[in-house]
Amino acid sequence: MSYETIEFAISEGIAVLTLNRPDSLNSFNAQMHSEVRSALKEVKKDGSVRCLLLTGNGRGFCAGQDLGDRNVAPGSEAPNLGESIEKNYSPMLRTIRSLEMPVICAVNGVAAGAGANIAFACDIVLAAKSASFIQAFCKIGLIPDCGGTWTLPRLVGPARAMALSLLGDKISAEQAEQWGMIWKSVENESLKAEAMAMAQHFASQPTKGLALIKRAIQASANNTFDEQLDLERDLQTLAGRTDDYREGVSAFIAKRKPAFKGQ
Amino acid sequence: MHNYQDIDVGEAQAGVLTIKLNRPEAYNALRTQLLKELAQALDHANDNDAIKAVVITGSDTVFAAGADIKEMASLDAVGVMNDPRPSYWKRIALFPKPIIAAVNGFALGGGCELVMHCDIVIAGDNALFGQPEINLGIIPGAGGTQRLIRTIGKSMAMQLVLSGEFISAEKAQSLGLISEVTIPERSLERATELARKIATKPPIAVRLAKESLLKAYETTLESGLNLERKSFTLLAATQDRNEGIAAFMEKRKPNFTGK
Repeated sequence: MSYETIEFAISEGIAVLTLNRPDSLNSFNAQMHSEVRSALKEVKKDGSVRCLLLTGNGRGFCAGQDLGDRNVAPGSEAPNLGESIEKNYSPMLRTIRSLEMPVICAVNGVAAGAGANIAFACDIVLAAKSASFIQAFCKIGLIPDCGGTWTLPRLVGPARAMALSLLGDKISAEQAEQWGMIWKSVENESLKAEAMAMAQHFASQPTKGLALIKRAIQASANNTFDEQLDLERDLQTLAGRTDDYREGVSAFIAKRKPAFKGQ
Repeated sequence: MHNYQDIDVGEAQAGVLTIKLNRPEAYNALRTQLLKELAQALDHANDNDAIKAVVITGSDTVFAAGADIKEMASLDAVGVMNDPRPSYWKRIALFPKPIIAAVNGFALGGGCELVMHCDIVIAGDNALFGQPEINLGIIPGAGGTQRLIRTIGKSMAMQLVLSGEFISAEKAQSLGLISEVTIPERSLERATELARKIATKPPIAVRLAKESLLKAYETTLESGLNLERKSFTLLAATQDRNEGIAAFMEKRKPNFTGK
């Protein structure tokens, strides 16, 4: 499959998806939606992939929805944004969150609107020092979507989530790191290398176990402590049945490096 | 051993027989052959005293996606009138031992109705329930309109049947359509655990309890209470009741014999 608005490659257990409309700060138009959707499908289907790395080309990571795609001429019928969310954004976010592998987001530049919230839906966010995060929605009369109203309060607390969403202030990568909004900000030049090194690390790790960790942490947002104890019991039961768990324990006892297969 | 084509019937273990709906190529659509085999398997399970409870399950992603539409299309009004399906459904409904469903993925149309034929339902959090018959110009035909309204109430039953919309496992649990939600990987294990637990209980009491509970769907409170009282009285004549009470008093485990 060849793509125009993204670059996509799978190699040695790593899938790299690069948003590639640099002239429009990688904002989403219909074609990019469709290409991202099909790339994510490949990630899901291809049994060899053990980590997904999401990033962007050019000076921005993603500026959200391409507003040029929206017809708001006076007298025309109001666009149905809910439909676009239901058809495009929500399935993408659900897929990213439910992928049974770590998803790394390397934010190479500005992440605005949907672009910011797509990054926050990933498991680990690295950002170049020059990158920034903006909940731009309030400036055009909209609300944060792509899960932003859910992820932001959980990442930075309701006070910061509310002010960020109502003001639409730009937050630098370093500030985002200090607030716990992302995992780490890194020097611009080393972003790609660090993200790739992390992806390579994950490609050699017990993928099933990591996927179960992801599932447990995600579920905790809606669970009581007791429910989470039950879930841990169930997921640990599954983890205990994986080949990689056997390998991990044998390697530990034999004091050698484990050779995980992701199974 | 019996030969089945559309279902997998295991060996009974610890008093529990597991039946797996097995038409993966057709999303476990409940064609007549499958229903017939299910009714047969339950008849045999009924005759076998070693079997105390049955678990019915599907695949990881589909419990059963409704009737076989191709087969349905081949029947005209006379064909539908002479359809043997209702007689198979009736045999499933009259099966006197507990049936526990382990549901992952789609339980739609006839699949959802099969769920309602089961006594206890455990579902993975990926399960979806619905009665989409309306989209084909038909209505639920295996008790869906009657059992759904008795189970989840009028407004929700109407919404499901008239709109054809699906509901999640979580929602189904809050409505009382199912009893527990688990992670999908554990639904069959949990259903089996429950079935095995029930298999250790005194079988006559289990049977009368099921009968008494189901009676509540179709009778007045007065006659339901009468049936309960008669069953309660009948149990006083069983050895298992004496054994159960004695074991409780002596603080030991009861040894039930089914007598």
